[in-house]
Amino acid sequence: MVDHAWSHRHLLSIADLSVADINTLLGKADTLFDEARKRPKKSEALRGRTIINVFFEASTRTRSSFEVAGKRLGADVINISVATSSVSKGESLLDTVKNLEVMRADALVIRHQASGAPNYVAKHTRASILNAGDGMHEHPTQALLDALTIRRHFGTLSGLTVAICGDIVHSRVARSNAILLGKTGSKVRLCGPKTMMPRDAETLGESATVHANLDEAIDGADVVMMLRIQNERVYGPVMASTREYSRTFGLNARRLAGAKQNVIVMHPGPINRGVELDTHLADDVRSVVLEQVEAGVAVRMAALDLCIGANTEIAPS
Amino acid sequence: MPALLVRNVRAFDPQHLLDAVVDVFVEGDTITRIGPNAGVDLLASDRVRVIDGTNLWLLPGFVDLHAHVREPGQEYKEDVKSSLRAAAAGGFVDICAMPNTKPVNDTRAITEMLVYKARALGGTRLHPIGAITMGLGGKELTEMADQRDAGCVGVSDDGRCVVNSGVMRRAFEYASTFDLPVIQHAEDHDLTDGAQMHEGAVATKLGLRGWPRVAEDIIVARDLMLAEYTGGRYHLAHASTKGSVALIRAAKERGIKVSAEVTPHHLLLTHEALLGYDTACKVNPPLREESDVQALREGLADGTIDCVATDHAPHSHLEKDLPFAEASPGMVGLELCFPVLLELVRQGSFSLTRLVDAMTRSPARIVALPPPTLREGARANFVLVDPEATWTLDPARFESKSRNTPFAGRQVQGRILATYVDGVAAFELSPEKGLR
Repeated sequence: MVDHAWSHRHLLSIADLSVADINTLLGKADTLFDEARKRPKKSEALRGRTIINVFFEASTRTRSSFEVAGKRLGADVINISVATSSVSKGESLLDTVKNLEVMRADALVIRHQASGAPNYVAKHTRASILNAGDGMHEHPTQALLDALTIRRHFGTLSGLTVAICGDIVHSRVARSNAILLGKTGSKVRLCGPKTMMPRDAETLGESATVHANLDEAIDGADVVMMLRIQNERVYGPVMASTREYSRTFGLNARRLAGAKQNVIVMHPGPINRGVELDTHLADDVRSVVLEQVEAGVAVRMAALDLCIGANTEIAPS
Repeated sequence: MPALLVRNVRAFDPQHLLDAVVDVFVEGDTITRIGPNAGVDLLASDRVRVIDGTNLWLLPGFVDLHAHVREPGQEYKEDVKSSLRAAAAGGFVDICAMPNTKPVNDTRAITEMLVYKARALGGTRLHPIGAITMGLGGKELTEMADQRDAGCVGVSDDGRCVVNSGVMRRAFEYASTFDLPVIQHAEDHDLTDGAQMHEGAVATKLGLRGWPRVAEDIIVARDLMLAEYTGGRYHLAHASTKGSVALIRAAKERGIKVSAEVTPHHLLLTHEALLGYDTACKVNPPLREESDVQALREGLADGTIDCVATDHAPHSHLEKDLPFAEASPGMVGLELCFPVLLELVRQGSFSLTRLVDAMTRSPARIVALPPPTLREGARANFVLVDPEATWTLDPARFESKSRNTPFAGRQVQGRILATYVDGVAAFELSPEKGLR
């Protein structure tokens, strides 16, 4: 593979990345994925580097994944939980970040409830900022780990039909995935009740289409990605009942039959079994949910190494 | 005080189709001579100050229906003094102060305080707008007769919309009893819960909650029906949608007593400006789409929209230097309004005649203030403009205490050199250099 020079100090959004950037990162992650399966040995790539996970929203998978990724590369990883931090004493986001910066953090992995919060922080710090999910905006490492999973199954990220179904409007995962897959030349179908579909949703990805019928969205799809309803972000009524939602937009084996034979079923987690995804299907051979989590560590290792590793030639501005 | 003679200046006043190179002579607070070479016999002396107006414009002083002076309660953002200085620097001789202060101006004591403070300061005049409902709560009406007697020129719950139709009906009836216009911030709050920006492709991309056009249009449509039914006088604050323009146009054709204003930012910027999460572009109502901008320009050009208003809304870095969702909406506007809008005159969106009318006679008429005008015997309320001066908008040099504007760094052509209120200089750019 042609070595493309990575030129980003931050990983803020998929919208910022070129297809070459995406391929560089995935190529690296792919190697790391295989190595981790063979011999889960610690490398020294980020020895002496300090990574601070600053999570303003709850997280299990993403935070531990970043922590494992940093530690596998030999970095010192510190987790800051908001409940016990100065933030609960009224400190501003910027002051929090400035304080962490002078402790010589090389990278801040930030999850925040406000869309654009990592972009804002990045303008005010010398540390690398990795977006671990900002409000309803983006979740770039999730889209990259999804892309790695898809690529390992199909050998490509172009020419595929990917249905992303559920609560699109509140989902940063949907946005990042739609943008990434659109860039790499796959067809994205966004599906959900109209109460969960953002205005002008088709503008999210090149050649994205919008569907209000799950069977129509799944028809002939290579990948079906199911999303959780983001109850913590929902304002006002968006559905009548979980029962009806599950009946109209929940995925089960019968409906999945409309997809391609070799379809894979994805979910960023946490899964609400029996709501958006039939519980048996979650454990079905076509489900790659746990593989996604495994890919997550590799993708985050690659991202950290590219942004703050020894080989990076990006001077702090 | 010496008399003032502005020589050889292009005087422009659409009210009586004046557009001529004249001399303007001011004695005390009054224009005593105006006409070609009217001051040819006068020489500069201790008793007569002469300003060379060659290649400059003299316009009637501007009137702003919509400013937030932040006093009482948020004087770190702005106060009466700084807002009046900013107004004068922007060419305004009269500004109306919105009541959403802390506490809210819903009582005579606050109006009196503002009026006395402003009078003591001199310069640009301040006219309070009282709240429609107590505490902007949308329920109980304020003492509007008292407020009018103390100096209020209209009522508004600006920042909040009077959503309840029953309350709005009574507001129309009560306000019109005392001949006050009802100025509505049109926003159906049930449709804008948590909204950060215009609902559309940019909001979808940025993951920000949307403020759909219909939230404005629904309120405007209802208010127009209530205005027609009650005979009340309706003024739409900061129109932002093409729907509003169409509704106002149709209402005027039906003879409903309605007027509307538009801000410079809604005439010049779209939601695309928010890509990058620049909180300086966060404003309520939000920046919309190109089609809205076009409709607003057309509406202003054909008079559907009566006037320009700044919605001058100062905020400090404490409210703006934040993640987007946590930042407060609003932008300053007094000092940049006329220069940025001249750009649209040059582009041909509307005539200079219409712009000057929309910033002088038209807003004055809506709140029943004497319109600044350039004629013999009129009070000397006017602005001296260098139409050719090219300069860069630098918020650090604003008279306002706040600097929140998306127009920072913009190259503009046309500069306010001086503003006179009742014959007294409220602002002069550089008096030692003959103003230029």
